[in-house]
Amino acid sequence: MSMLQVSIYRYNPETDSAPYMQEYQVDTQGRDLMVLNILEMLKAEDTTLAYRRSCREGVCGSDGMNMNGKNGLACITSLSDVVKNNKLVLRPLPGLPVVRDLAVDMGLFYKQYERIQPYLQNDEPAPAIERLQSPEERDKLDGLYECILCACCSTSCPSFWWNPDKFVGPAGLLQSYRFLADSRDTATQARLAELQDPFSVFRCRGIMNCVAVCPKGLNPTRAIGKIRDMLLANAT
Amino acid sequence: MVTNITNLGRSGLSDWLIQRVSAVILALYTLFIVAYLLFNPGLDYYTWSGLFAQTWMRIFSLLAFISLAAHAWIGLWTVTTDYMKSTGVRVGTQLVIILAIFVFLVWGILVLWGA
Repeated sequence: MSMLQVSIYRYNPETDSAPYMQEYQVDTQGRDLMVLNILEMLKAEDTTLAYRRSCREGVCGSDGMNMNGKNGLACITSLSDVVKNNKLVLRPLPGLPVVRDLAVDMGLFYKQYERIQPYLQNDEPAPAIERLQSPEERDKLDGLYECILCACCSTSCPSFWWNPDKFVGPAGLLQSYRFLADSRDTATQARLAELQDPFSVFRCRGIMNCVAVCPKGLNPTRAIGKIRDMLLANAT
Repeated sequence: MVTNITNLGRSGLSDWLIQRVSAVILALYTLFIVAYLLFNPGLDYYTWSGLFAQTWMRIFSLLAFISLAAHAWIGLWTVTTDYMKSTGVRVGTQLVIILAIFVFLVWGILVLWGA
């Protein structure tokens, strides 16, 4: 009765010609465990199972995966949140190449993150102590800086699936706005100039899958809207 | 920055703005035509051609046709760049679409001023 049916995407490019789904049964003893707990229990039995994990408390962003069709962090997603009819289906994040089982190649995701120059740029002489912000200026960064780059949002975005080499994606754009909104950053014009093409920002079609899956409750769609407002204000 | 030469305005921002403005124009034109048909139940040819003989209606219609052409190109261009990964197929489809839009636009202008 408490045996949970778990179906996991398996693929080892060195030995498998094609990916397949492997079925497992897990005795949860009626406990509402986290999905990561289930993977740890299975890993103890089957050491060939590959996935990423680190902090197991939703801070590192390593264990992003697709659980019963929805992206999220396995470590902070409880079984009661995702399991339906006693069945749990685990797949790697969609849209990125699979390295092995649930581990994906995040190269494209990081490339887009790198493109938006995710660091503070300031061409004024550095003050003796630090660059000050008013509490109001600092408030603008709330809801932006908390991103842990787990890639749950970008890999749930159809626009990113079709053009991962051209569309920055929700995670990258949230971080882009984090620096556009920063009162200490002086590269605003250069940043905006890099984003006005038809793909980088404007491939966002407002599907809002990113908002629906973000494990930190952030809103990339709103940030993208703010970038559009800045581009519009700048160019009209 | 991603370079592209087949989208309407060469800039994502101008495409985005044109798409929204043309949508408003098309919505107004559609509402006007629907309302006109509802308020003229026994519409005959002379009333209908009389409407299109007026300069303001021709300007409004031409504005709507141009908006439709721009709106269709931006939308379909986006679809082709999302789903057609082979350059030959994509550029070929884009050429067919732009040719069709051009033909419909010129045809529409001829209908508008030919009556």
